[in-house]
Amino acid sequence: MTEAQWGKSMNDHMSDHLLVATRKGLFALERERSGWASNLIGFPGIPVTNVLRTDGILYAAIRYGHFGPKLHRSDDDGRTWKEIAVPAFPPDAADAPSLFQIWTLEAGGRKFPDRLWIGAIPAGLFRSDDRGETWQLVSSLWNVPERARWFGGGYDAAGIHSILPDPRDEDRVLVAISSGGVWETRDSGASWSVLGKGLVAPYVPPEQAEDSAVQDPHRVFRCARAPDVMWMQHHAGIYRSTDAGGEWKRLALPCDDFGFAVTAHPHSAETAWFVPAMKDEVRMPRDGALCVTRTSDGGETWEIMRQGLPQRDAYDLIYRHGLDVDESGERLAMGSTTGALWTSDDSGESWDLVSGHLPPIYAVRFV
Amino acid sequence: MAEIHFTSHLRNIVPDGPLAAAGTTVGEALANLLAVQPQVRGYVLDDRGALRKHVCIFADGERLHRDSALARRIGPDTKLYVMQALSGG
Repeated sequence: MTEAQWGKSMNDHMSDHLLVATRKGLFALERERSGWASNLIGFPGIPVTNVLRTDGILYAAIRYGHFGPKLHRSDDDGRTWKEIAVPAFPPDAADAPSLFQIWTLEAGGRKFPDRLWIGAIPAGLFRSDDRGETWQLVSSLWNVPERARWFGGGYDAAGIHSILPDPRDEDRVLVAISSGGVWETRDSGASWSVLGKGLVAPYVPPEQAEDSAVQDPHRVFRCARAPDVMWMQHHAGIYRSTDAGGEWKRLALPCDDFGFAVTAHPHSAETAWFVPAMKDEVRMPRDGALCVTRTSDGGETWEIMRQGLPQRDAYDLIYRHGLDVDESGERLAMGSTTGALWTSDDSGESWDLVSGHLPPIYAVRFV
Repeated sequence: MAEIHFTSHLRNIVPDGPLAAAGTTVGEALANLLAVQPQVRGYVLDDRGALRKHVCIFADGERLHRDSALARRIGPDTKLYVMQALSGG
């Protein structure tokens, strides 16, 4: 496939290419006239914890059950793969952790075309300025004193799942940690501030509930065109910020406001999608009926969309990176823990099942 | 020289074996082997240099405890098997 075919279009055309990272390999899907065609393009049988395509290069984070996390790149869209350096905590890093998993990979942005970021479990942030040939732990974040209050959310150790460079100034990056709050650097990682005024954690003693460093953002997403607007699925509720993460307002939903995934409309600062699930001791759709909820007015009102989604006996959970919207804002993809993959071509109002038999899905990404 | 066999799960990483390495302990023999096969390191040892949690080593048929495996003394004819544990898959 050529770069022009694969690349996200900068206009309003819907993306016809989707990457799906699963418990048993990496899949590439291409939209054809008759529907989506799926190909296993790498790592059969091996967990692929996330995937990134930037500047024509594919990066796949894998985690062998026995042999640890690894990182591979492909310059030919998955026909061939090369193992590259995997981030490691340096020997003198405080508390001497071992890398468990690469949780997220992001590109540095236009200002830093050779830069990649990795968020890991334990919650190390790693930066590469040579397209993944070498990696450095961002020790300034690892060494913040507040790290003593971070703790695991979903996994045993705290982890970084959201890395959001500001497209207006890519030295400025917001990072979200389960469970360690949201952090911002304005100098490419040299120094950090904890943000998150307004977030409330009901899972700690009441006097600590507003401690920014114990918040559990499950996922944070920012509007590409209005980057000050951010949406958060928190462990306890759904929040929106209009000042790039400084202050957050909890939004009232007419449905469950627990879940993991969120994605934001690339153009409209008022529009975002979430996937409700019963809260934390259950973690599955209410009454076995899967839905997606969308706001188009900044969180004032919400639509609950079920068309095409299973409405009985569904136990699908959508993980943090399991929901994506393309650059048109019209086409969405959603992959579940039970291996179901859906797409929508009408902004989430109706969904088509692409496959009900994939391995458990960790991440979906339009490219 | 110890004779080192690797699980077939690592056939894409480790050259066809068995391989030979000198050393008076499992850790020494492994270190000598990894010096010439550095691509194997991250698959057997974690980034702290410890044996990976889900990798197990047998020395002359005896399964070694993970915490003490690398310190285990070996003889010149020891056969080592580096296997995946049944946990972790």
